[in-house]
Amino acid sequence: MRKDIDEFEDLPPEDKERLEQSGMILSSENRCGTFFQADQDVQHTSCTYEGIEMLPTAEALKKYDWLKDYYWNLVDKDKDEYTRYVAEQEPRGYTIIAKKGSKNIFPLQTCLFMASDDIQTVHNIIIAEEGAELHMITGCVSSHSVGHGSHYGITEFYVGKDALISTTMIHTWGEDVTVVPRSAAKLEENATFLSNYISMKPVKRVQMYPEARLTGENSVARFSSVILAPEGSDLDLGQRAILEAKGTSAELLSRVITRGGNVITRAHIIGAAEDTRGHIECKGLILEDGIIHAIPEIEGRLTNTELSHEAAVGKIARDEIEYLMARGLNEEEATATIIRGFLDVKIQGLPESLQRQIDAAIDAAEDGF
Amino acid sequence: MLNIENLHVEVGGKEVIHGVNLQIPEGETHILMGPNGSGKTTLLRSIMGFSNYTITEGRVIFRGHDVTELPLYERARYGMGMMFQRPPTIPGLKLGKLLDVMSGHSPAKVYEYAERMNMSSFLDRDLNANFSGGEIKRSEVLQLMVQQPDFVMLDEPESGVDLENISLIGKAIVQLVDKDRHIIDRKKSGLIITHTGFIMDYLEADVGHMLCNGEIRCHGNPREILKVIQERGYQECIECAKI
Repeated sequence: MRKDIDEFEDLPPEDKERLEQSGMILSSENRCGTFFQADQDVQHTSCTYEGIEMLPTAEALKKYDWLKDYYWNLVDKDKDEYTRYVAEQEPRGYTIIAKKGSKNIFPLQTCLFMASDDIQTVHNIIIAEEGAELHMITGCVSSHSVGHGSHYGITEFYVGKDALISTTMIHTWGEDVTVVPRSAAKLEENATFLSNYISMKPVKRVQMYPEARLTGENSVARFSSVILAPEGSDLDLGQRAILEAKGTSAELLSRVITRGGNVITRAHIIGAAEDTRGHIECKGLILEDGIIHAIPEIEGRLTNTELSHEAAVGKIARDEIEYLMARGLNEEEATATIIRGFLDVKIQGLPESLQRQIDAAIDAAEDGF
Repeated sequence: MLNIENLHVEVGGKEVIHGVNLQIPEGETHILMGPNGSGKTTLLRSIMGFSNYTITEGRVIFRGHDVTELPLYERARYGMGMMFQRPPTIPGLKLGKLLDVMSGHSPAKVYEYAERMNMSSFLDRDLNANFSGGEIKRSEVLQLMVQQPDFVMLDEPESGVDLENISLIGKAIVQLVDKDRHIIDRKKSGLIITHTGFIMDYLEADVGHMLCNGEIRCHGNPREILKVIQERGYQECIECAKI
């Protein structure tokens, strides 16, 4: 399965490289579909797997009247100035519908690309119907030539009964780009939602607090973030899971490294139903003076919920570095090896190809350790 | 191989090793004994070059070169290796990944040694995380097999190891220090800290040293030294001051 995406081919080599760093496969090999939006222009939408329909959201809203019930349903249009701004625009972004029982072996790739100094808006709706399994990877990239710019993105995930959505988002923004995603997910019975976020490149500011509502019994949500904050980067990141139904569980995990940047890692689990479990793990390494502010919150609302958190912020222990030096690694190699281990997050339920993509994005940043 | 001259070592501003002299020729394996707190681990760690161990006087000559000022990793690259008694846990760093880096990305070699040490199923585990006493020792020996140092220091390789593993570890150490080779072909050397003398069930150690209060009190036949300790305790050595 190989189909060259002409719109990718037209990009300058520096930008192609940036797309690849964000997990995009330009040839679309081993991808079951590709979406590409440059600035406010949806340039390419294709999906070869018949169990999945992907189309630009504007088109989807015209095609399916019922979709309006999903549009601005999980994210409040009046939440803040950014949501209001997006609501005022023509809808951009993509809508994905994974049909009942479908399963994509090769992930879908969606690419949101900022080619000029402007504001990009998207509104994505992702629906996995009963028993469907949908894997997707999103590359959020600004052109090497972009100076200032802003990206406001709304994403609403609907994970149906017995369905699974895994979404892996890799950011490759620029030093003067502001990014404000507003995402939410709703999970029905036995549903699984895996959300992975990787940001290893400089960015001016990211502010987000995606929320998963676990409304169906025994549904599971897992958020994982891997962040490297160079000097000048300012990231305010949160993850919230609301355990509303019996037997639901959530795990919120973040690994953060600062090289002079500022990161707030918020996490919040609300245990609001019987037999619920939740765990938060925030770990931070300060390699150069910067701020890592971990704010894990666990909120139990009844007796039969079990919530826990662990948070640690500090530097690499000297004895760990010297242990590896005794094996012949010099100090830089030992430090990089320990950091690479620190960032090594294995996500249960993720296809191997996507795990490799995550590993590659982190490996590529190794010089920045 | 190793020549230590009048070594004085401070830890946290306090002198712990007071003028130790020690020679270990190529092909020889020596045993280091002594009561708890006598400075055995400190001696090994200062030979290796750890940062908290400050050499205030004396020299460490390794393979004819003064390495007293060399950083830790250069000593390792020069052929020194060490088995840690309590190695740190490194979350996320897989044992297999470390061995891959150490071996210069030679997975076949790593796998072969891992099989031999019964550690294949640990390659995907975080380094030393929730390893039992025996597993830590097997992991340490495995790392040394991959590293193949010319001079290996072992800090109580028997502690916390069950009977089944002790034989596996003992036999592996024999190979690490070339004791499985004919005496003429032995190129590697070792210095082994032991309380129980278990390692002498697997190899003939060449010389034993007794360290008390940061000073070497006795050099001699390791079996004889061990026998004296077992029968009369360390006090005999402390009072003896043969050297």
